[in-house]
Amino acid sequence: MRYAMAIDTKKCVGCSDCVVACQTENDVPIGYCRDWVVEVTNGTYPQLEIEIRSERCNQCSNAPCVRCCPTGASHIADGGIVLVTENKCIGCGACINSCPYDARYSHPDGYVDKCTFCIQRIRKGLEPACVATCPTKCMYFGDLDDPNSPVSKMLKIRKYTTLIPEAGTEPQLYFLM
Amino acid sequence: MREEIIVSGRANPYIDPHLNIWHWQIPLYLFLGGLAAGILFFAGMYTIMGKEKAYSTAVSKAPLIVPFLLILGLIALFLDLKHKLYFWRLYTTIRIESPMSWGAWVLMLVTPLSFIWAAIKVREVFPRWDWKFDVLKNLETFFMKHKLILAWIMVVSSVILGVYTGILFSAFNARPLWNTSILGPLFLASGLSAGAAMIMLLSKDHAERTLFAKIDIGIIAVEMFLIVHMFMGFLASTQVQIDAAGLFLGGPYTASFWIFVVILGMIVPVILEVLELRKYKIPVVIPALLVLFGSLMMRFLIAFAGQESRWLY
Amino acid sequence: MASRRDFIKISGLGIGGLAVSASAYGFYKTLADTPPDGTKLKINVTRTPTYCEICFWKCAGWVYKNEDGSIWKVVGNDEDQHSNGRFCPRGTGGPGMYYDEDRLKTPLIRTEERGKQSFREASWDEAFDYIADKMKRIAEEYGPECFALLTHGSGGDYFGTLIKAFGSSSIAAPSYAQCRGPREVAFQTTFGEGVGSPERIDIRDTRCLVLIGSHLGENMHNGQVQEMSDAIDKGASIITVDPRFSIAASKSKFWLPIKPATDIALLLAWIHVLIYEESYDKEYVEKYTFGFEQLKAHVKNMTPEWAYGITTIKPELIRESAREMANASPSVIIHPGRHVTWYGDDTQRLRAMAILNALLGSWGRRGGYYVPEKVDLPSWPHPPFPTPSRSWKDAFPDQFNLAYETLASGICDATVPTLSKACNFKGWIVNGTNLLKTIPDRRKLIEAIQNLELMVVVDTMPMEVTGWADVVLPECTYLERYDSVRVSPHRKPAVALRMPATEPLYNSKPASWMAKELAKRLGLEDYFSWNSIEEMLDWQFKQIGTSLEEMKKIGVKTYERSYDDLYFYPGQDVEFFTNTGKIELYSTDLANEGFDPIPVYTPHEEPPEGYYRLNYGRAPMHTFSRTANNPNLTDLMGENAVWINPKVAKIWGITNGQYLYLENQDGIRSTFPVKARVTERIRWDSVFMVHGFGHDNKKLSRAHGSGASDSELISRVHMDPIMGGTGMRGNFVTFKFEPAGEEVAS
Ligand SMILES: Nc1nc2c(c(=O)[nH]1)N[C@H]1C(S)=C(S)[C@@H](COP(=O)(O)OP(=O)(O)OC[C@H]3O[C@@H](n4cnc5c(=O)[nH]c(N)nc54)[C@H](O)[C@@H]3O)O[C@H]1N2
Ligand SMILES: Nc1nc2c(c(=O)[nH]1)N[C@H]1C(S)=C(S)[C@@H](COP(=O)(O)OP(=O)(O)OC[C@H]3O[C@@H](n4cnc5c(=O)[nH]c(N)nc54)[C@H](O)[C@@H]3O)O[C@H]1N2
Ligand code: SF4
Ligand code: SF4
Ligand code: SF4
Ligand code: SF4
Ligand code: SF4
Ligand SMILES: [Mo]
Repeated sequence: MRYAMAIDTKKCVGCSDCVVACQTENDVPIGYCRDWVVEVTNGTYPQLEIEIRSERCNQCSNAPCVRCCPTGASHIADGGIVLVTENKCIGCGACINSCPYDARYSHPDGYVDKCTFCIQRIRKGLEPACVATCPTKCMYFGDLDDPNSPVSKMLKIRKYTTLIPEAGTEPQLYFLM
Repeated sequence: MREEIIVSGRANPYIDPHLNIWHWQIPLYLFLGGLAAGILFFAGMYTIMGKEKAYSTAVSKAPLIVPFLLILGLIALFLDLKHKLYFWRLYTTIRIESPMSWGAWVLMLVTPLSFIWAAIKVREVFPRWDWKFDVLKNLETFFMKHKLILAWIMVVSSVILGVYTGILFSAFNARPLWNTSILGPLFLASGLSAGAAMIMLLSKDHAERTLFAKIDIGIIAVEMFLIVHMFMGFLASTQVQIDAAGLFLGGPYTASFWIFVVILGMIVPVILEVLELRKYKIPVVIPALLVLFGSLMMRFLIAFAGQESRWLY
Repeated sequence: MASRRDFIKISGLGIGGLAVSASAYGFYKTLADTPPDGTKLKINVTRTPTYCEICFWKCAGWVYKNEDGSIWKVVGNDEDQHSNGRFCPRGTGGPGMYYDEDRLKTPLIRTEERGKQSFREASWDEAFDYIADKMKRIAEEYGPECFALLTHGSGGDYFGTLIKAFGSSSIAAPSYAQCRGPREVAFQTTFGEGVGSPERIDIRDTRCLVLIGSHLGENMHNGQVQEMSDAIDKGASIITVDPRFSIAASKSKFWLPIKPATDIALLLAWIHVLIYEESYDKEYVEKYTFGFEQLKAHVKNMTPEWAYGITTIKPELIRESAREMANASPSVIIHPGRHVTWYGDDTQRLRAMAILNALLGSWGRRGGYYVPEKVDLPSWPHPPFPTPSRSWKDAFPDQFNLAYETLASGICDATVPTLSKACNFKGWIVNGTNLLKTIPDRRKLIEAIQNLELMVVVDTMPMEVTGWADVVLPECTYLERYDSVRVSPHRKPAVALRMPATEPLYNSKPASWMAKELAKRLGLEDYFSWNSIEEMLDWQFKQIGTSLEEMKKIGVKTYERSYDDLYFYPGQDVEFFTNTGKIELYSTDLANEGFDPIPVYTPHEEPPEGYYRLNYGRAPMHTFSRTANNPNLTDLMGENAVWINPKVAKIWGITNGQYLYLENQDGIRSTFPVKARVTERIRWDSVFMVHGFGHDNKKLSRAHGSGASDSELISRVHMDPIMGGTGMRGNFVTFKFEPAGEEVAS
């Protein structure tokens, strides 16, 4: 089993619903976030193009944040989801420094928090909150080992990229182009 | 024009506008660790070489402050932790791939070692010291007997500690400025140089001071070589590392790095030490303090600039 | 080697007695067996139905509560056609409205002059007595017709009943004269019916979506954004006409970066191409329309080349995009827009859009405009309302005859006494509309307010408008109350229930309760003869075959259509509700009223040297000014910025992120500085900002002083002569780097 997410940049409108949905679903305190939206504009008026990406932890297969964690708080759970066990985390910040995507944040309670692919929801058969809320339905989630999962299907028919694959992290967040 | 904005999210002070999770605590911790490693290294080495009497400051006097340095360092590390009450989790596991983890374990080894070393040296420096209890006295004689083994362990572990202070940064592929294998040797060298400077500062003996001045000049030469090498490596690498090096080459950290670390922390002390060797009257505190200061600044600047360097995407 | 416990003792001592050692072992024991993956599971969550009040799309959803009854999250109801189970960011951030600690907490009565924002707290009884007293006096002295209701939002239903029972018919929402009024009039005069809300457009099945301004994706009207995305999936092409590179433009096959205020020329040129290339839907036009020959003659010389000189859009692009529409016809939508009060000739622009739709045969066709249906919900029986002897319309005897709704701006105008106005208002209830941010030309608005003998404001937040009230009534948020049944039209008729998820916080109350209490004091209790709102809702639901009990479980009930199909069937005979019974390409209504029966292009004023046209719009995470203090949504976007083209920025030496002031053509300078966003997405002749920021009520801890207000810079209004819409895009601003001195403060 290998969970992954694909985001269609052709449909994403940058509305940030994914960000609030995550905040409320996962009780992420105001002022913090597990996901965020980036907008890149290239060109000169009127020859312009915009790429919008909803970003979050890439649930890297080769996760530096897990490797550098001194306590084992950062670990890889079923389906390759990278998680942090709150009561093992000492808040040393090593994993925050080790993530090339800045995907982790220091929770005001001291431990480090990040996107969990909403593991509590997917265990119940639900989609992650951001995916389930996105008004443009531009996010696809599922198991890469299952050829019929929404994410596998999209990756089969669409061109995609990942973010800085050259950092060697083997990210599992795909951006459909 | 290219415009890249974060539309929303990330209003997180540790991460935006740039990563800022490690403040003064970690660089201070690394400086103190490096300095401690430097002192222990020289103490061990001159013990093994049988120069205990000749270089008593290096072997006996300076190591007395090491336990304090390490405890201060550990306090700094502790202050960096944001989930403090779970501190002990560090010692419930060993993570070979995590420099933080083996740093914690190396300190766990070096700190008691430094206590023991200080304990067997304390009566040399303070002759009226009395251990009061027999157990302690027996322990002292026990360790005295195995001093040479202790010295060997100390030399090896202090090198590990010194290298660790650099590896902690260089293990982070995510921060291009840190992502160079040169940081290990460079921080080791900087720790040794700081150790030598500290010995110079404490030593009343002219021959010992001269020796350590010479050692220091040598180490600083190595450091300068490593620094040049490091920047050449960056500039010959990918755009992200070129940008990272740019922080020190024209970017916001340029002045502080070259003035405080290289000029005041290396070049000026070398000149002063050379002058002193040429019998000019130079108060030894000046070059020694400058070296210590430069070594501290190097850690601060590399810690801060490193967190500002990032991959482009 | 030291054991773990010893080590902790050492470090514990080191940090000066922090009591780590004593508890450390206990910690280890209790924490060791909590779940290893750090995920928190919520158990015993409960949910209640609601429909969202953060904007007027009214998505139905569920409010989830934690075990302790606190509000956790709001999500869409899967059965709801407005939301399809997905809320937009504003709706998802709805709990922030409830948790906002700056909310109005208790009734307030003004203690100093209006606008000073000084109030004393009052009891509900005291507040109601005060209001009822004044209302009675106004009725005696001037007549009950001199009382008006300005409302935007659900509570308006109850206050509406109250005002009508009181004897006035002057009830206005800013969503008409400041928003979709020109569109409704244009479509009514063309097709005999308005567009309505939610818009009756079949985006999900369209093959070509044409957006004139309409910035879907920033404008987050949920169903439309969702369907636009569906259409992209199905390969539909999008054509966007917008001077700004909007998000929708970035998703478009054709973006036409039009010179602002010249859309009518483009639309006429498109009509020209469709007619003279004979690519319009001939059968449809023949069967259903009136005035084709006049139209054909009218646009004869309005070629793409002619339009190029006006709009700066290349003739080839105009032709190609027209062909794109023709190829998709009839599954093509010239989107009717919503906020269309731009330049004063808005009804005519919307007429041109309606005509285009007619030529493409999209009205009543799949992928075009569908035929909506809504549930016919009876209202709770009440005595007939008295017939007022006058209304707002008497203040404008020969004007706006085609406006079928009341003009909020008309009520303001009629409040300032002049000899010529037959109806002067003396009292207003303002419910759920922040007039100072909503109605342009603030000076005139304030003059109107100063002429009132009573101004009651019902709101949830301390806003600009509450500062001008005599009495402020704190309404509880939509998450804490019942409201009227939602009966909006859609593909299938449906109803939705809003019920309280929790008790109201503080001393706030629902509008329904306030209106009933006031009615009692005015002797109008017969109009509110229900004992509780539950009783009334249950009665209404029972008339349509359900009940309050069932609705509490399902939230939304969708019915099968009772008449017609969603689309015209081939060859269907359709009688349109126009004078001619046909789709009027040539409008007899407009001709009768003395307006151009077919749209013509008239040039508009351009910004003087050193000034830039003030363009404004939406950001996806905010609704006007109502969300500007919402903790969840300000976290996403805390202030607006003024978009400036890099070339302009260079001339002025403005750097990205720099704060500056804007000053308009009338010398009005923004109260607060605003951040410059230097971006290619805006033209060099305009600047853009998101509407709704720059609040000056200090009680808004997050919104106060964050960003600048477009509203205060819109002091010049281009009134639509046909229906009284307030065109707001004819204002020009320049950059200033200092706050205004006393002399320009207004
Ligand atoms: N997130 C969010 N969504 C909302 C709302 C909200 O407050 N927040 N409000 C809702 C309401 S009530 C309404 S009425 C709608 C309004 O939303 P729309 O009906 O989409 O409003 P417009 O005025 O068409 O949109 C503004 C766009 O018009 C462009 N524009 C400016 N001048 C011109 C011009 O001369 N010609 C053309 N072709 N384009 C021009 C601007 O650049 C901008 O992109 O949004 C609704 N949706
Ligand atoms: N300059 C400028 N002016 C505009 C527009 C623009 O884009 N620019 N847009 C125009 C358009 S399209 C429209 S539709 C109008 C919208 O105009 P309004 O509807 O007046 O918009 P808001 O400014 O959001 O004001 C809403 C008020 O309702 C309050 N409120 C929110 N929820 C509740 C509730 O549950 N109960 C009660 N009683 N009050 C509540 C809020 O606190 C706020 O004070 O503005 C128009 N005016
Ligand atoms: S909710 Fe969907 S459309 Fe909106 S920003 Fe997130 S991914 Fe994009
Ligand atoms: S994105 Fe960052 S936090 Fe997530 S797995 Fe990769 S390195 Fe770790
Ligand atoms: S902050 Fe927590 S999760 Fe991150 S490396 Fe340190 S202990 Fe591990
Ligand atoms: S998957 Fe869940 S935790 Fe991750 S960003 Fe989406 S909502 Fe947040
Ligand atoms: S579109 Fe968004 S804000 Fe409007 S009603 Fe729906 S969820 Fe609420
Ligand atoms: Mo509107």
